[in-house]
Amino acid sequence: MNDTAQIYDQGEYNFAYLDEQTKRMIRRAILKGIAIPGYQVPFASREMPMPYGWGTGGVQVTAAILGQDDCLKMIDQGSDDTTNAVSLRGFFEKTAGIRTTYETSEATVIQTRHRIPEKPLTEDQVLVFQVPIPEPLRFLEPRETETRKMHALEDYGLMHVKLYEDIAKNGHIATTYAYPVKVNDRYVMDPSPTPKFDNPKIDRMAALQLYGAGREKRIYAIPPYTKVKSLDFEDYPFEVQTFDKPCGLCGAENVYLDEVILDDKGGRMFVCSDSDHCEERRADGHLGPMAASPEAGQFGGQNAQETAR
Amino acid sequence: MYVAVKGGEKAIRNAHKLTAKRRRGDTSVPALTLDQIAEQLSHSVARVMGEGSLYDEGLAALAIKQARGDLIEAAFLMRAYRTTLPRFGYSLAVDTGAMLVERRVSATYKDLPGGQVLGPTFDYSHRLLDFALAAEDDGTEPEVETAEPRETAMPRVTDLLGDEGLMEPDPVTDEDTPVGDLTREPLSFPADRDLRLQNLARGDEGFLLALAYSTQRGYGRTHPFAGEIRYGEVEVEFFAEELGFAVTLGTIKVTECQMVNQFKGSAKAAPTFTRGYGLVFGQVERKAMSMAMVDRSLRWQELGEEQTAPAQDVEFVLSHSDNIQATGFVEHLKLPHYVDFQAELGLVRQMRAEWFEKRRQEEEETEAGSAAQEAAE
Amino acid sequence: MNAFQAEDPLLQVHNVTRYYGDRVGCLDVSFDLWPGEVLAIVGESGSGKTTLLNCLSTRLAPTTGAIEYRMRDGAMRNLYQLTEAERRLLMRTDWGFVHQNAADGLRMNVSAGANVGERLMAIGDRHYGNIRSIADDWLGRVEIESDRIDDDPRSFSGGMRQRLQIARNLVTRPRLVFMDEPTGGLDVSVQARLLDLLRRLVADLGLSVVIVTHDLAVARLLSHRIMVMRHGNVIESGLTDQVLDDPREPYTQLLVSSILQV
Repeated sequence: MNDTAQIYDQGEYNFAYLDEQTKRMIRRAILKGIAIPGYQVPFASREMPMPYGWGTGGVQVTAAILGQDDCLKMIDQGSDDTTNAVSLRGFFEKTAGIRTTYETSEATVIQTRHRIPEKPLTEDQVLVFQVPIPEPLRFLEPRETETRKMHALEDYGLMHVKLYEDIAKNGHIATTYAYPVKVNDRYVMDPSPTPKFDNPKIDRMAALQLYGAGREKRIYAIPPYTKVKSLDFEDYPFEVQTFDKPCGLCGAENVYLDEVILDDKGGRMFVCSDSDHCEERRADGHLGPMAASPEAGQFGGQNAQETAR
Repeated sequence: MYVAVKGGEKAIRNAHKLTAKRRRGDTSVPALTLDQIAEQLSHSVARVMGEGSLYDEGLAALAIKQARGDLIEAAFLMRAYRTTLPRFGYSLAVDTGAMLVERRVSATYKDLPGGQVLGPTFDYSHRLLDFALAAEDDGTEPEVETAEPRETAMPRVTDLLGDEGLMEPDPVTDEDTPVGDLTREPLSFPADRDLRLQNLARGDEGFLLALAYSTQRGYGRTHPFAGEIRYGEVEVEFFAEELGFAVTLGTIKVTECQMVNQFKGSAKAAPTFTRGYGLVFGQVERKAMSMAMVDRSLRWQELGEEQTAPAQDVEFVLSHSDNIQATGFVEHLKLPHYVDFQAELGLVRQMRAEWFEKRRQEEEETEAGSAAQEAAE
Repeated sequence: MNAFQAEDPLLQVHNVTRYYGDRVGCLDVSFDLWPGEVLAIVGESGSGKTTLLNCLSTRLAPTTGAIEYRMRDGAMRNLYQLTEAERRLLMRTDWGFVHQNAADGLRMNVSAGANVGERLMAIGDRHYGNIRSIADDWLGRVEIESDRIDDDPRSFSGGMRQRLQIARNLVTRPRLVFMDEPTGGLDVSVQARLLDLLRRLVADLGLSVVIVTHDLAVARLLSHRIMVMRHGNVIESGLTDQVLDDPREPYTQLLVSSILQV
């Protein structure tokens, strides 16, 4: 524990930073969200000690549901190591003193930005998403007064106009992330900017999904085992991204891959975006085609160099 | 490497150490004291208190020092600190009519009860760099002639006009309807004037300035006159339930601006002057005036005017005025987005392949066509 | 298919009055509109015809009076007592509204096909191929070439935009269409072609239409019945040919003489 952590420990801040009254307010919003799956519940988002747009919504939701016995996993872009994930995990280590982990299966609460772990989640887990723009209709209709009315009246024709345009102009739907879904046959929802690759995971997921948008002051939720349908046309069904190679390090197929540029001569490799999944597979003895290559070393984890700047 | 590599934790720690070092700068130069900032950079302090929504000069000075003079970052520090403070209740409305006035100007009357008090201002100064300031300060205080403190009351200009019925009266407030507080309830639309004013008071000075300026240039003209701008100290009172009366908590310095605007009148209401209102912590006249002009612009609906300009668009103005929100979201683009970028990369590659394939087919068809034509000839 | 008799009116307007403050928009207007009937409301600008049209089409609540519409199930409903959801459904299925300025009625930044297909998607059509072929069919009916289906209306001429707007409205087979100066602002030759097209579509589809125009030639060509408005009042109404050939009111006579002698 470092100095800052001790200061937090001296009782200057409440457990998990937020005061209990604020947590109750957020929990009420969460409960309402669970009761009306996919509906954006306004809540009095607090000013947090990290900037708006950097996960304040997710942090408030996590702070409101975290208990002493929870074990928290914090990921950004699928990885536990990315800068903001490190920063937010440190925030909860300091303010809540709870256990944290990199292992998906060990976590009771997983806060994420832009990805869903590859390993299926369980009923005992809660997945908290950081959401920048919760309104799926925002870029079609900028006015909040109008979009709220559209949701209330289930007036979603405009959403399909956008998909129609994609097909007319490109031959296929050209939305690759933040791909809109319809929850429980009622509300159209933005699954946050996860790649559409992850959309099938949120359909009938065993874990509770909570979505927090701090700057936009909205919380929404998908209860366990809720039907979530990605919008599409009957003759142009929803499809996820596919990769023509396995993970260069662990050889996994049917996972989401990051492209890593190795040199300035077009050299590149594809590796699991979910770093925990990749490490676990390698520990189990799975090896990808690039695992032995020296360039891969710095992306591989075990013998990686720490690079400060 | 900046992501993907193990050791993000150490990198962040080192980056913060480096920031601290840069903040301090050359250690042969004495460090700034909070008093120096509070006393000598009072406009910065006022701005940080206003946009940070917390009246505390010492904390604002600390925030400015910690933020290396980045005033939006400093306001952000104030906001984040403010959230953690316990909330005892709401003060009574301050009485700016009873202000201990340090400065008071009206552009609408040559003279008026209480008089014009120029006070401290950049106005009418020549904007010439004062090289004398570059020299070491010898600590002597500039000599200032000040008038005797005034005993006479200094009624607000809008109250003077109000006596004649020329000015719309203060809105009648319903005691049973609590004043909105957007730090407790999320802002929703349509937003009433209490919430609008709160939002503008916390809003970014530059944003309000630009909007106010746009109304002067014809984007939603409101014909403003600076009815009055006053700056000084007001008492903050709190009604203590246990005592059954109000107690004074202390004084704060505020700038109040009342813009006086034309109103043609309607079938129901006689022609009068209407008002735009601005109130900010400290001496921040530019923002108080801008706020008053934007407030007036946002009242188009209530006054039966036409909406034509951005400064009249309640949802647009209120949703984008907060620089803490704005800076967070703009700057979040620095965060890794490579998962989404990968998705877009795949799509653009696919669309390019399709585009080239289509062109290749078209070329083949053209060639086949001309070949067939040649064969036919 | 229809649960009601063709003799029943589609729209019943009872004493509709709209004030703007003290000023009269339209005063005490009553009439019935029958299935398949085209009613023209004529008058100079400021006569109240557009106010009336906006009241009828639920875009502007009347100060007093009532407007009833026969829904597809045959029930007469007061339009201003519909829920917002019912009103929107009505407007995008059973009604159309053709604006004078096509840009007000079109989405200018999406393709012609999407413009026509929007209503279908709004009511739940989820088959791209179907939507596209229906859109293509409607473009054909309004004389827009198939190869323009993926172009934005921004690249269309004024007449084409207006025809696209009409196709966009008619795709759900509405029973009632409101038109606000649909030929205004177009060249004379373009106007003639559009009027011809409108007349054909209205007859083929058996549409009821309320059309607002200052142009008596448009009224004569399209409408069965005509209402002349002045200062917010309906001063004369009747069969179009009768009113135009033998106007009773001096003001109507003035209108007719000033226009038909051109």
